[in-house]
Amino acid sequence: MMILQNAILELADDNLILGHRVSEWCGHAPILEEDLAMPNMSLDMIGTARTLYAYAAHLENKGQTEDDMAYLRDEREYLNCLLVERPNGDFATTMLRQLYFAAFMEPYWQAALNSTDDVVRGVAGKAAKEMAYHIRHAGEWVIRLGDGTDESARRMKTAVTDLAPYVDELFQSSAAAKAAEDAGILPVRADMRAAWDKTINHIFGLAMLNPQEDTFAQSGGRQGLHGEGLGHILAVMQSINRAHPGAVW
Amino acid sequence: MTNATPNTPLWEVFIRPRNGLAHKHVGSLHAPDEVMALDAARDVYTRRAEGTSIWVVPSNAITASDPDHAAETFEPTADKIYRHPTFYEIPDEVGHI
Repeated sequence: MMILQNAILELADDNLILGHRVSEWCGHAPILEEDLAMPNMSLDMIGTARTLYAYAAHLENKGQTEDDMAYLRDEREYLNCLLVERPNGDFATTMLRQLYFAAFMEPYWQAALNSTDDVVRGVAGKAAKEMAYHIRHAGEWVIRLGDGTDESARRMKTAVTDLAPYVDELFQSSAAAKAAEDAGILPVRADMRAAWDKTINHIFGLAMLNPQEDTFAQSGGRQGLHGEGLGHILAVMQSINRAHPGAVW
Repeated sequence: MTNATPNTPLWEVFIRPRNGLAHKHVGSLHAPDEVMALDAARDVYTRRAEGTSIWVVPSNAITASDPDHAAETFEPTADKIYRHPTFYEIPDEVGHI
């Protein structure tokens, strides 16, 4: 079951790492309302990750738990795509990253409602609704910042350029993902491109933004090859558990 | 207040907890426009499944009674206890009305 386990871990890692990234805004958001909105989104993603980690641990069948999956794997064992580990940057970058991720995950979870796997179908029903809200919330901000002041428009354009190299990896399936896709357990990642383009083009049109063309696409996350940012995330996220194994509160 | 946050005016938030109940004022928030105000109301005031419907109203659209006129506005009703339904005796046969 290693193949299926890795395919599930890819999804879990995407959600945990982005959930952790967004949680870094807690206490630092530009306004109180966003200081609640961003942890809300963060908890949606961490909740999804928890269910998937528990499933991955169950598949491994060595008595492991969701915590072992999150806290005791090293950087090279993390299989998240590079987009989700990108630094928060400014508020514009964070909202665009959230829009890109949710615009992929919403149709992905919708398609996963037809999975042959009970756990995947269960996660999909809940996560599809959450991702629909993330598209709405992040999208509204992208529209207002892109079509806002000179300063906000400049920051939004910079975010589009900065995140462009990390879009294509969303639509690429690793060997593990392909096996799960062939078995009807997970949707085919490349099939989400049309829905993603439609969402982004609609929002960019209202935001007076142009999609970035001709960029060099980065990849490697699914093979455990990450940017320097992931190591820092794991250092923060795992340090308590490594210093005090099994710590609870 | 309005000068401090010219781009994010104040909104009053009303939540309906269940079908059949009225929207109830729960608090206020800052947001740039009505769409973002609804999102913010959802994120700030319905995190524990409090609502099935949300209204947001610009705070400056609300006309409030003047506290300086409280005496003439409210006190004349104080001695009109016959307006309370408890003033009447209801026969047991009527049951709940």
